[in-house]
Amino acid sequence: MVKKIIFLLCVVSIIVACSSSDDSNSDNSDNFDRTALLSNYADDIIVPAIVNFQTKVADMDVARSNFVNDINQNNLDLLSEAWLEAYGAWQYVAMYNIGIAETFTANENGFRVYFNVYPVTTNLIESAASGTDYNLNAETYFAAQGFPALDFLIHGIADSDTTPLDKFTTNVNFDGYIDYLTNVQSQINNRSNTILNDWQNTFRDEFVANTSSSVTGSFSKIVNDYINYYERALRANKIGTPAGNFSAGQTFPDKVEAYYKNDVSKELALLGLDAVQKFFNGQSFDNSSTSSESFASYLDYLENSELKNDINAQFEAARQQIQSLNDSFSQQVIDDNTQMTEAYDALQAAVVLLKVDMASIFDVQIDFQDNDGD
Amino acid sequence: MPNTLSTYLNTKTSAAPLAVFRIGFGVMMLLSIIRFWSYGWIEKLYLNPKFNFSYYGLEWIKPVGNLTYLIFFICGLAALFIALGLKYRIAVITFFLSFTYIELMDKTTYLNHYYFISLLSFLMCFLPANAYYSVDNFISKKQYHNIPKWTIDSVKLLLGIVYVYAGLAKINSDWLFKAMPLKIWLPSKYDLPLIGETLMQQHWFHVAMSWSGMLYDLCIPFLLLYRKTRWFAFALVVFFHVFTRVLFPIGMFPYIMIISSLIFFDAHIHERMLNFFRGIFKTFKLAKEKIHSHTYHYKRQNLVLPLLAIFFGIQLLLPFRYVLYPGELFWTEEGYRFSWRVMLIEKTGYTEFKVVDGKTKTAFLVNNSDFLTPFQEKEMSTQPDFILEYAHFLGQHFESQGHKNIEIYVDSYVALNGRRSKRYIDPNVDLLKQKESLKPKDWILPFKDEIKGL
Repeated sequence: MVKKIIFLLCVVSIIVACSSSDDSNSDNSDNFDRTALLSNYADDIIVPAIVNFQTKVADMDVARSNFVNDINQNNLDLLSEAWLEAYGAWQYVAMYNIGIAETFTANENGFRVYFNVYPVTTNLIESAASGTDYNLNAETYFAAQGFPALDFLIHGIADSDTTPLDKFTTNVNFDGYIDYLTNVQSQINNRSNTILNDWQNTFRDEFVANTSSSVTGSFSKIVNDYINYYERALRANKIGTPAGNFSAGQTFPDKVEAYYKNDVSKELALLGLDAVQKFFNGQSFDNSSTSSESFASYLDYLENSELKNDINAQFEAARQQIQSLNDSFSQQVIDDNTQMTEAYDALQAAVVLLKVDMASIFDVQIDFQDNDGD
Repeated sequence: MPNTLSTYLNTKTSAAPLAVFRIGFGVMMLLSIIRFWSYGWIEKLYLNPKFNFSYYGLEWIKPVGNLTYLIFFICGLAALFIALGLKYRIAVITFFLSFTYIELMDKTTYLNHYYFISLLSFLMCFLPANAYYSVDNFISKKQYHNIPKWTIDSVKLLLGIVYVYAGLAKINSDWLFKAMPLKIWLPSKYDLPLIGETLMQQHWFHVAMSWSGMLYDLCIPFLLLYRKTRWFAFALVVFFHVFTRVLFPIGMFPYIMIISSLIFFDAHIHERMLNFFRGIFKTFKLAKEKIHSHTYHYKRQNLVLPLLAIFFGIQLLLPFRYVLYPGELFWTEEGYRFSWRVMLIEKTGYTEFKVVDGKTKTAFLVNNSDFLTPFQEKEMSTQPDFILEYAHFLGQHFESQGHKNIEIYVDSYVALNGRRSKRYIDPNVDLLKQKESLKPKDWILPFKDEIKGL
């Protein structure tokens, strides 16, 4: 009898030992091909988007350098154009808080804090220009760097100035502003280069190989990143916050994306939504294929094509709502905030479909926190 | 008949199975506490949250800051004392009180396993588990080879209730005919060696697992009771619990159940296990004192037995309290807890709170992560009593911030067992006007589907 018990205990320990290993056999039978899904996401969508972003950031750096070397309105306009191009490219990478990007910060907004926290805190920029020590890596300066800071530097008017260009010419702290512009740009350069290098050198393979079903597996992480981006960065930040959804009806025309340029908030929001929908359907970044292994095809595999269609329909409905808005969300909020909240509602309806229906069918834990279950 | 009963109650049996059970229980509990502590869960689950979800009527039971660690320490120490059989009675009462206090601090962490431990330790307060092979024997220089048979049987009965009720709860159309929620859970374990990409993806396998899970739960206590099937049953117990451990994050529970089921075995097997320990102690040359054997006499049996009869009566009835509530149990979860309903539902929810000024009609939305941990938010989103309690907390919070005429409404959606999400809570009901009680909550929207079964 004792032998039997010892035998059973051995069996238990062997099975336990096996259960805690992270090995994944990727000998695929006729099942859903997770490696194909992850490599499609990495090779056709994420990495091309980051490459494109990095190119646009480099173009912007050239425009900035031209401007600094020869400060005039024409060069500032060229910098503004390059800024808008890069800002548009950013919308296609903002959701990938994974790999080295994830290690940048523990903030719930992820690596986006180094690129796109708005509204920008102009006081910080103005006092930095006047000689106050500053550190763009510090949390205080999350709201004083990235595209919103450039937006203010390029399009905003500093205290006591009359035009945006004055910052760099007649303002007493003009060299402080030039330095700040350069430092914000190099922060963007460094962070985006680090991310691209990580994907190209090591993380792409790591990402595709990590087919584990656990919460640290690539699939679970990318689902979480995706929903987090959609809910916070797209739904709340771009539309909900300026429309007063979180502030007892008090609207904030100044809390829109690209407030100082002002007439591009709709364009940027539509690009963000486009990135979200393409990712859902697995449409490649260069549009050479319209669908591939993706959330959408996984829903098909799990016999939930109806949900897939409903999600796409809801994205379309949200797109139409946003398209009917003013190019400037600031203006829209002032003129007719009801339309703005309707756009919010359309985006919100998809949150439920993604965060409840899709996450439940994928059996992916959202915002995972470690604990035992029944 | 009364004679048969009194004969039974006076029947004696070997004390060894209960001694082994006591040691196993104490060791498992000690390990559980150490594991819980070392994972940082005390901080994460009890100290970090700004708000704790309380049980109805037990709102005064809360984490007590850093003293919470002391409660866990006392609980672990009591478990060690139970294992040693040292000051057993005080130890097991201390364990029951501290463990139960911990479980009642925040209902977010409710698990049937924890409830089971609370009940079992309550029962053990009345059992002579230190009669044999305990340190107490050395202190009193007395040991008892035989104890009343009912004391061991009461543990078997509790285990039997857990299994059979868990089995009965599985007799429903979602579990048996739709293979839900296993149909959702198993395919997501695609990365298990060998079976992940094969069996785990097959519908017939999900159905087979559901049916065998139900049959296992219903039959296992009886298979363990009969000597001829006992070893087979024990092998099943080991296989079933280890398999579920591989599939799901269920912590120490499978091991606790495996160790517990040893109590069904005959005394001579337990004697051999104790001999194994004796062998170890002998090699360490621990002094062997002379201990006299006595006949065990259970004190106040006339008082304890009716009490335990009431205890088991409650256990038998409580899981059926759901029939007093209208609506689908899995949807409303009214009467769901404390009923051995394990792994029955895959529920995902989304609940957004809207704080409205009743006079000006202005409103704002609440960011739940400002107040709740991700785990709390997840549990809150699918359980109405959580939603109500949280709404009242928000009401107090925003009132203290100077907001006036506060009304709180929710935008709430829940998906149950693979069905599409549906609105869960009536969006037109001001939750601040609703009070928690045991009465049915009429602001839960109907399920609009049917799950047949118990």
